[in-house]
Amino acid sequence: MASLVGSRVERKEDTRFLQGKGRYTADINIANQTYAVFVRSPHARAKIKSVDTSKALKSSGVVAVLTGKEIAEDKIGGLIAGWAIRSEDGSEMKVPANPPLAKDVANFVGEPIAVVFAETLDEAKEGAEKVKVDYKVLKAVVDPADAMKSDAIHDGVDKNLCYDWLLGDRKAVDEAFAKADKIIKVDLINNRLVPNAMEPRACVVDYNTASEEITLYTTSQNPHLSRLVMSAFGGVAPENKLRVVAPDVGGGFGSKINVYNEEIVCSWASKKIERPIKWVAERTESFLTDTHGRDHVTHAELAVTKDGKFLGFKNETIANLGAYARVFGTVTPTYLFGPCATGVYVIPAAYSNVKAVYTNTAPVDAYRGAGRPEATYTIERLVEKAAMELGMDKTEIRMKNFPTQFPFKQTLVHTVDSGDYVAGLEKAKQMADYAGFEARRKQSEANGKLRGIGVSSYFEACGIAPSAAVMSLGCGVGLWESAEVRFNPTGQISVFTGAHSHGQSHDTTFAQIAADELGVPMENIDVVHGDTDKGTFGMGTYGSRSLTVGGIAIVNACKKIVEKGKRVAAKMLEVNLDEIEFKNGEFVAIKSNKKKTIGEVAFACYLPGQRDEMKSPIPEGDEPGLIESSFFDPTNFSFPAGSHICEVEIDPDTGNVKVEKYTAVDDFGRIVNPMIVEGQVHGGIAQGIGQALHENTQYDETGQLMTASYMDYTMPRADNFPEFNLGFTCTHATSNPLGVKGCGEAGAIASPPTVMNAVIDALGGQEISMPATAEKVWKACKTMKKSNAKAA
Amino acid sequence: MTKVTLEVNGKKVSKEVPDHTLLSVFLRDNLNLTGTHVGCDTSQCGACVVHVNGKSIKSCSTLAADIEGSKVTTIEGLAKDGKLHPMQAAFKKTHGLQCGYCTPGMVMSAVDLLQTKKNPSDQEIREWLEGNICRCTGYQNIVAAVKEAATKM
Repeated sequence: MASLVGSRVERKEDTRFLQGKGRYTADINIANQTYAVFVRSPHARAKIKSVDTSKALKSSGVVAVLTGKEIAEDKIGGLIAGWAIRSEDGSEMKVPANPPLAKDVANFVGEPIAVVFAETLDEAKEGAEKVKVDYKVLKAVVDPADAMKSDAIHDGVDKNLCYDWLLGDRKAVDEAFAKADKIIKVDLINNRLVPNAMEPRACVVDYNTASEEITLYTTSQNPHLSRLVMSAFGGVAPENKLRVVAPDVGGGFGSKINVYNEEIVCSWASKKIERPIKWVAERTESFLTDTHGRDHVTHAELAVTKDGKFLGFKNETIANLGAYARVFGTVTPTYLFGPCATGVYVIPAAYSNVKAVYTNTAPVDAYRGAGRPEATYTIERLVEKAAMELGMDKTEIRMKNFPTQFPFKQTLVHTVDSGDYVAGLEKAKQMADYAGFEARRKQSEANGKLRGIGVSSYFEACGIAPSAAVMSLGCGVGLWESAEVRFNPTGQISVFTGAHSHGQSHDTTFAQIAADELGVPMENIDVVHGDTDKGTFGMGTYGSRSLTVGGIAIVNACKKIVEKGKRVAAKMLEVNLDEIEFKNGEFVAIKSNKKKTIGEVAFACYLPGQRDEMKSPIPEGDEPGLIESSFFDPTNFSFPAGSHICEVEIDPDTGNVKVEKYTAVDDFGRIVNPMIVEGQVHGGIAQGIGQALHENTQYDETGQLMTASYMDYTMPRADNFPEFNLGFTCTHATSNPLGVKGCGEAGAIASPPTVMNAVIDALGGQEISMPATAEKVWKACKTMKKSNAKAA
Repeated sequence: MTKVTLEVNGKKVSKEVPDHTLLSVFLRDNLNLTGTHVGCDTSQCGACVVHVNGKSIKSCSTLAADIEGSKVTTIEGLAKDGKLHPMQAAFKKTHGLQCGYCTPGMVMSAVDLLQTKKNPSDQEIREWLEGNICRCTGYQNIVAAVKEAATKM
């Protein structure tokens, strides 16, 4: 039987999605449901003097109105920060309380203050209009660079500083810098982004008055984790009385990791009002209240010798946490950022210093890549600038500083198990026709256009686990993953996973893996996820961890199935255990070549008695049935890496930047389904180009979000992109038995610096910040023209 | 309240709804045809695209009452006799979808493109789909799907 792992298998989930049979949260309706509409703060920072619900309560169709007062009285807990980060001086990070409904003070536009439940959505909206909140508006803190000099937003958080974190050795860096021939410096802003999954957040809650169980249908990347947080910290219900279902989820990109206010409030309220509740965000609510991404202000320096060897690196960053610290909010700008900021290079000395500040803006958390795009942008802008200032070729300077021995002990934290960075960059150069660029540049010039080429090489630490490592770095939970494989008596198999697919194609790839392990057709396998009542516990999907952690749990559970199957088959075939071989779905007695299929063995496992020909096939010490589970906790992160090359052409008359060519060569270890991996890379690159050229989240000085709909926030469209040219190299990961590495975030990590390096190259080295909009580029072209004229 | 009568996916339907009921709401809430999605409320994202009298429109910015008597085709009405429409099959073949949320609108829009122009170029496909936002795929495999479907339709 040919291996399914490695094949371009069409997706199982597509049949339902393509016919409108997907079942997303907003598609769910429950008899007798009420509709929730939230009253949100219109101010970025305000004292809540009073909330008057009397008129709303009298409004037609309104069932109930609840506020921060009631939720506090019921002692429902707030939202949490999942990682404890310590400052350089050893002090604990400062985390303010984040109640599900603000009672005394509102800290960002959109923060929920009260909620109205009514018989229809229109009535709920009308009721919400009638809730009167008396605010005392306070001066908002908006700009992260100024936050430490501004009024403290939260009591007990001096200078709005959550932590002042250091990773690395300042003294060693100073010594390295003293030896340098040249210091390369950059000042960067990593623009704030809104993840913008196409499905807006939603929840539907059903409280069963008989069993006292709450069922929460929600748009989550990690339903088990949501239940844990809501139960342990929210006190909404004990875990055994809370079922969280994340059905089909329309994209996440990090924004659906967190448990949100609305989920806690609706779950709590459903029990209180004894009615089902439905809440669906409008797009503007998503813009205002989904966690945002990036938002760093960075000064970084690279110490180099005149022949291009890197000696030292330092990075001083202010990271904007927004109004509150959420699940991955505090770790994203620290351990997900700092260690990767030295890039794919041997740099003897380095440090990263990050000051995380609170501002009166939406909370900032993980967004595709989480910390690693910011890290890669920092180092790859420096490296490109170093090449420019030293007059070196931009690929040569990279090659010169790549490690060639693996495992590679990276400067700050990680030991990278495998990789071949030279091969990746060589392949990218070839595929991009790097050597032919100058001719293309001349051609563009002849057409009155400016052409630039940009390179970036990246590695990233993903497959977020292993528990031992992440817990030592401050994570509040272990980041293993679980799986259960149920081989049913009649031959169908259910694979339960704690990971969650919201576009990642687990129905298909996980079935491919299990089919190979068990030697059965993929069609016999159903992958089940997204329901805390089905299968074992799980940590969910983010940080490119589904395959490298969750997939391996499936492999291990399948291996246990085969081991038990061997014992049963030996008994059935009346041979010793060591005479049984499992191959292509059959247990074979080596000497006699007698066989039992895995289906026959499974059937026998459920018939542990004696009748006619059937003779008690369960060996002594084994139990009936054929169900196995596994919790997998890897020994290391996974370290995908690669090199991307981009060519842009700029029209100096309009400032329009056209991405002409984009080449990506990535090493994801062994690839389970190349078609799906390519799709992940395409999507990541598109989001990264979006960051580099189009997307920006703009608050005004009072903290109003100016980009709160698709009319103001530029979402990349089909005609913004060329056809991406993808290639792969392969070094197997050694930290898991499949040799796989995460692929979900790489595109978004590598592409922003690749594109910006190309834009800056086209602009003759003139620095420009993301997004490189037509307006900014046009101005830069004018400056360039002036300085060229002067030089002439 | 207004009585709205339409032919949806070949079946005549008639419902009494508030005057301001959007076609997207009518399809989703009154007919339980939840394959038509709403992604933005401002008619940019195109997740809500359906066909009205054979042409693609955004159902989130169309009043149900405004198209009284029209023939509507939604994503649920595209496959015939249990067989995927060539555009649906092409999306599957080329991996033109990931999370599936924008997909119904994307497919309906793409079908209209091929009705309008038989063999569009890559650039024409990309420009036509300007009103459909996908956050997952980077559009490359969607373009491939439309080209694939063009050979079959």
